[in-house]
Amino acid sequence: MPILQDALQAVMKKAIALAPDSFIPGGKPDPLIRHKHGLIGASVNRIDGPLKVSGQATFAAEFPMQNMVYAALKYSTIARGRIVDIDTSAAESALGVVLVMTYRNAPRLKPMPPFMSQPKAAGGDDVPIMQDDQIHWNGQPVALVLAGTQEEADHAQSLIRVTYEAGADGVTSLAKAKANGSEPGLFQGEPLKLEIKDAEAMLAAAPHKVDVRYTTPRHNHNPIELHAATLYWEGDRLRIHDTVQAVAHEAWTLAHVFDIPEEHVRVTSPYVGGGFGSKTLWQHQVLAAAASRLAGRPVRVMLSREGVFRIVGGRTITEQRVAIGAQEDGSFDALIHTGTVAMTPHNNMPEPFILPARSAYASKSFLLDVETVKMNMTANTFMRAPGEAVGTFGLECAIDELAHAMGMDPIELRLKNEPEKDPTTGLPFSQRGVDQAWKDGRERFGWDKRKAPGALRDGDWLVGMGCATGTYPYYRMPGGAARLTLSREGRATVGIAAHEMGMGTSTAQTQIAAERLGLPMEAITFNYADTDLPGIVLAGGSQQTAAIGAAVIAAHHKLVEELLKLAGNDSPLAGLKPDEVGGLDGGLCALEDESRCESYASILSRAQQDKVTVEAEAPMPLELQHWSMHSHSALFCEVRVNTVTGEVRVSRFLGSFDCGRIINAKTAASQFRGGIIMGLGLALMEESQFDERTGRIMNPSLAEYHVPVHLDVPEIDVMWTDEPDPHTPMGARGVGEIGITGVGAAVANAIFNATGKRVRDLPITLDRLL
Amino acid sequence: MQFFVNGGEVDIDFDPRTSLLDLLRERLHLFGPKKGCNQGACGACTVLVDGVRINSCLALAVQYQGREIVTVEGLGVPGALHPLQAAFVEHDGFQCGYCTPGQICSAIGMVSELKQGVPSHVSADVAAESFPLDHDELRERMSGNLCRCGAYNGIVDAIQETFGEAKAESEKSEAA
Repeated sequence: MPILQDALQAVMKKAIALAPDSFIPGGKPDPLIRHKHGLIGASVNRIDGPLKVSGQATFAAEFPMQNMVYAALKYSTIARGRIVDIDTSAAESALGVVLVMTYRNAPRLKPMPPFMSQPKAAGGDDVPIMQDDQIHWNGQPVALVLAGTQEEADHAQSLIRVTYEAGADGVTSLAKAKANGSEPGLFQGEPLKLEIKDAEAMLAAAPHKVDVRYTTPRHNHNPIELHAATLYWEGDRLRIHDTVQAVAHEAWTLAHVFDIPEEHVRVTSPYVGGGFGSKTLWQHQVLAAAASRLAGRPVRVMLSREGVFRIVGGRTITEQRVAIGAQEDGSFDALIHTGTVAMTPHNNMPEPFILPARSAYASKSFLLDVETVKMNMTANTFMRAPGEAVGTFGLECAIDELAHAMGMDPIELRLKNEPEKDPTTGLPFSQRGVDQAWKDGRERFGWDKRKAPGALRDGDWLVGMGCATGTYPYYRMPGGAARLTLSREGRATVGIAAHEMGMGTSTAQTQIAAERLGLPMEAITFNYADTDLPGIVLAGGSQQTAAIGAAVIAAHHKLVEELLKLAGNDSPLAGLKPDEVGGLDGGLCALEDESRCESYASILSRAQQDKVTVEAEAPMPLELQHWSMHSHSALFCEVRVNTVTGEVRVSRFLGSFDCGRIINAKTAASQFRGGIIMGLGLALMEESQFDERTGRIMNPSLAEYHVPVHLDVPEIDVMWTDEPDPHTPMGARGVGEIGITGVGAAVANAIFNATGKRVRDLPITLDRLL
Repeated sequence: MQFFVNGGEVDIDFDPRTSLLDLLRERLHLFGPKKGCNQGACGACTVLVDGVRINSCLALAVQYQGREIVTVEGLGVPGALHPLQAAFVEHDGFQCGYCTPGQICSAIGMVSELKQGVPSHVSADVAAESFPLDHDELRERMSGNLCRCGAYNGIVDAIQETFGEAKAESEKSEAA
């Protein structure tokens, strides 16, 4: 059967690729793409701004409740083995303690289906949650205390004494994990392995080549808001105020864990204090809900910063080989990107660092492969641009190395290998303007003033410039659905279970709805992040703009259908089909004749209706198999490296982006800058230091895990082509993750240009430059 | 115990182990001050005490009886924002908004440190009577307030717009 299914899938894939454009979502351009001077692209302040700057936006740990108790967790200090004994007596008799929960008294819970194992699975791992004496990683929760105040809970937790017996099968070193053997990574159901012709042979025969190894360390997302939830039970109904980027997924997964109907779990998450991939479902929400059930009291759980490092996974370690063979003119004969990543036996996330190499450059041959090995560690997960953030470091540094070896300008080398169609799938590009991004950026940055490596000195400082390409795909996941209500007063409400973590979703979607309906922004209410709303919309993969967009297009089509029915034969719109009208000035107008209009008020008054409500699902995202859809950036960095101390200071940075149509110039610029700044952290300072003897993260705090601070960050210049993608909703492709991609390489390449030293291991701390 | 918070007087008894941050959040339900690390590393909990910025997570509440405590809620509310709050909105000096109350309180405290001649790591002359609100001084002095979304450029612009020009103009009039 699997063979038959695979064959069927392959046939379907081919059929979708070859189908006429008009059969595919996005085959007919979204009419909003034609709107040039309206709200799309405008620089609009965040609608939730006044609440956020005055401390009035209510985050997950900020819902006061009667009778509420506070949770504190105790974490394992060994990586693998078993609990021999837990002495909870002192904790139980401590002041204010309501409950001490361990595997001995926890209710029966099913493991969380891990993320990507099923459509709505949200679990970080599928380890049994406080069900037995087994330890799987250093940091696994072994006890939970509930008490009247956080101080009481924290103190009581410190009184619990746990005795462990280490297991012989623990794996905490990468060398040991590799010795145990590797398996090919599976991502989105497909192996992370691709061979086109004999790349090794073509590499060997090429007149110019590089063949180098790069490493990237573990990272933690570290949003400033700690992972937290306030929750309670009403009978067998669970209510959670959470900070999460997947409300529908969380509700489904918790229902599975507690064996209750999905609709008995209500999750809301109106404000998320940063996520970057980390704000999904981890053990703390499950344990807090289980404890709340046992104690019969509302519970607030807020992890400590150390707790976040212990139980919320981050980006895993990668070891990459990049080899490129090129002809005299720079055209690639062979592109090889292979390597190893660590994961756990209990999750599903092989950091897919080969994704950029699948579509960024033309080459006569390819060899791409991600091998996975298993370690006892916190289950790694998605972190901003999973795959691309670290994959572009290897790929884009190697291109710089090849350009240097060949005496070619690295931008010219990249443009020389610009593909006409997707180099590995053969699909046409939906829109691709990376050459324009390079041209615009090169001029603005003053790239042509770049000197030879080590040639520019300013006192104790060596100064250099580097560049790199960033790339991230357009995604739209299945499950989008939206509810649209239009009232006679000309007010509209959009409802969809999507998320706002600071990306500007609610503002951008308000702009889009206003433009589509022909209403002012003040007339739109955008409701989101509530499982009572339709849609399964993960805030991930930079897909929300498109996923919400496609769902709202479907709902809007249905709304217009209803309105035309209600308008009837007495309307100037009589006889028009939904595709032939659009929203304008508080009503509907014929697209081809803007004098044929009727206001919403007039249509609904005549029909004697106060409002119309519709709900619709977005079509399946077949466009992803019909076109190759990718955003790109051309990144430019100037660094100063101190010859005495080895310090690196980023003095200038420019990101020139090609991401389709930009919806909100202000919030998009912030997304680009924010991604670039996280990329500066990846390049220069970020590392979750893992003790290979014990499997314990050694720097679980913001004092020791360094993220960029004010003084690390210069003014970051951003620009964009604003060329609409004709095959996506609004012509947009998403801007959340592209910013971080390529930044590590742009910085490393600038450091090479400044100093002549090539550092291939991140982060590039000063000791590597002395 | 008696506290003065945002211009009002509060009488409250509590566990003496309670931090000022937990008192404000969990007992007084002032959720503007945020908990991001609870160990003085992120600045999200910054409040003003007698005009001085402090990390309220590192402060035992009992030490602050009778002092004038101001949280972001005491600076302005939607519809009547403090000029710095309004500038944060205008310059997009935040994304998720979680570090924002701390950044705003910290900036207000920082500007008064400049005027009072408190030197910083980047000050050329540590004995100067006051320091300018230039790009390096501002960024160095705000470096205890982390923003993981990376809204630093907008934060700097908001602070410069609110306090920089006014200062430049007063200098101009002094020179005249």
